[in-house]
Amino acid sequence: MTESLIYAMVEMQEAEALQKAKQLLDEGTSPMKILDACSAAMEAVGKRFEKGEYFLPNLMMAGEMMKQISAILKPLLKQEQTGTGRGKVLIGTVEGDIHDIGKNIVTFLLEANGFEVRDIGIDQSPQKFVEAIGDFRPDVVGMSGLLTLAFESMKNTVQAIEAAGLRETVRIMIGGGQVTEQVKDYTGADAYGPDAVVGLRLTKEWIGGQ
Amino acid sequence: MKERFINVSADADQRQAERFEIWLSGDGIPFIDAEAKAAYRERVTLIKDAIQLRQIPARIPICPSAGFFPIQYAGITMYDAMYDYAALKKAWEVYHQDLEPDAYNGPTTIVPGKVLDTLDLKLYKWPGHGVAKDREYQYVEDEYMKAEEYQDLIDDPTAFFLTAYFPRIFGALKSFETLPLFPPLNEIPLVPPTFMRFGTEEMQSSFQSLGQAGEESLRWRTAVGEVNMRIMGNGFPSFSGGFTKAPFDVIGDSLRGTKGVMLDMFRFPDELKEACERLTPIMVKCGATACRANGHIMPFIPLHKGADGFMSDEQFRTFYWPTLRKLIIGLINEGMVPLLFAEGSYNKRLDVIFDIPRGKAVWWFDRTDMKRAKQTVGQVACLAGNMPLDLLCTGTPSQVKSYCKSLIRVAGTEGGFIFSSGAGMQGSKAENVKTMIACAKEFGIYK
Repeated sequence: MTESLIYAMVEMQEAEALQKAKQLLDEGTSPMKILDACSAAMEAVGKRFEKGEYFLPNLMMAGEMMKQISAILKPLLKQEQTGTGRGKVLIGTVEGDIHDIGKNIVTFLLEANGFEVRDIGIDQSPQKFVEAIGDFRPDVVGMSGLLTLAFESMKNTVQAIEAAGLRETVRIMIGGGQVTEQVKDYTGADAYGPDAVVGLRLTKEWIGGQ
Repeated sequence: MKERFINVSADADQRQAERFEIWLSGDGIPFIDAEAKAAYRERVTLIKDAIQLRQIPARIPICPSAGFFPIQYAGITMYDAMYDYAALKKAWEVYHQDLEPDAYNGPTTIVPGKVLDTLDLKLYKWPGHGVAKDREYQYVEDEYMKAEEYQDLIDDPTAFFLTAYFPRIFGALKSFETLPLFPPLNEIPLVPPTFMRFGTEEMQSSFQSLGQAGEESLRWRTAVGEVNMRIMGNGFPSFSGGFTKAPFDVIGDSLRGTKGVMLDMFRFPDELKEACERLTPIMVKCGATACRANGHIMPFIPLHKGADGFMSDEQFRTFYWPTLRKLIIGLINEGMVPLLFAEGSYNKRLDVIFDIPRGKAVWWFDRTDMKRAKQTVGQVACLAGNMPLDLLCTGTPSQVKSYCKSLIRVAGTEGGFIFSSGAGMQGSKAENVKTMIACAKEFGIYK
């Protein structure tokens, strides 16, 4: 039933995927079940990415398909069904950096996998991160930055989180551009992700025990 | 249509030799003395030998990408550098005097802020205009060209840029939406309908902004020209003499945006390929014209969207490489040496980009595995780069030193290597940059 939808999404057949989703809905399949199929497709896409068979354009295209199908399904879902409680992630691009593509992909992957994500946007000061942590109480904090100058901002943000007494309450991951193990050590973050799927994997390891 | 830019022309070697002669001559550079001129020629020769792969240079030339590093090194802000030309000149002079890299990177990427202000550029945020004064300018991702506009771009790139793209990216050129098509202007009845567009108040205001932006750009150019001449006059050749881009990046970077172009590979593959083809001769001309004007041989070509992870191998072979290769061949046929700056990693591309004529290009890598690069593309082209930015920014001089040694061992064997940073050096610690340059000079001598 939902297999053909999953197949179309995994094989990057956008028109077919949309058509299948609509068809399933018309045939009386529950919106929740269709959404579950989308999540299964996303997981398969993520697996191919990890294996090196899929790349950023595939994640982007999968995201587009998911977005369009969700837009059809969302009005039909009851409120409590859309909220999922797998864990909370706060994410943002650090001070002085306005790049958001990497951050947006990680956000999308996390949401598609049932995490509650608060995206505080680009060019966010250490203070803004601290305030958002206090308010949102996330399990994981993700910091993004493309520029080399972001290293310093990431370090300052980790220090500010520590100074606010919140360091023990969160796991911190960083990613983007020139970020490496060396930079992770420099900033005091817990881990770094060379790509978006690693960001998802880290979050799953930290929160889901998966 | 005639297929161009596929094969290397018969006179490519000859034309390259002529261009090297022009660069080597240093004609027009006010050398301070004969010693400076000799040093200049020596440095050009190091780079030339590394590029041509015919003989091993006396030593490995060290030509890092200065990026915005000289600004922080001089203790001024990015805002100062973009708005105060005297401060910009001083920063560049101090950097080159103190660090003495073999080649000179002019401050051509430190664009004048007033020009951007006048034109109200929407593509970027710059210090004091969307980002703090101590921050570098940054690109604002958006779809500046809609997917349904591919055909307009293909039909007439110049008209598309003038009447659709410019009004979107320059607030001051909004009126260009009303510019007429020019090719029809070849009969008398079309004279008034063409020129009446220039009579409106909006258009005249746009032209006034253009005039002001032009005058300011000339003032900047004069300042940059002075510092260029002074540093080159001390014996340091410029590392590049022009700028162009891979056709796919022209579309992916600032027309369709990253997300747009990635989706287009699935949704509009034919239009995307055709648009890349259409832009190719224009990008060849862009690089060649600038190098000719500057008496140089190397157009700088920053590569963005073709890196590992940004697309599959098949997509690289289908969308990115065909027109990049044509750009490379087109430039080589003009006697130029394309300086291909592959940011990110290119490990998955090495077997594809190998397909270029020998001794006629530089592949400048960032995080690519240099051992594999040397075994593959290093057999046909000079390699450059790879000193990691994370190390320069957060490492210690001793870490830098040990990386330098191993990089020289891996990539420097038998010539064909220009020592460089993996990317622009902004954010690097000064002691690390100094250590890198000293090490490259010390350990880069061929015995």
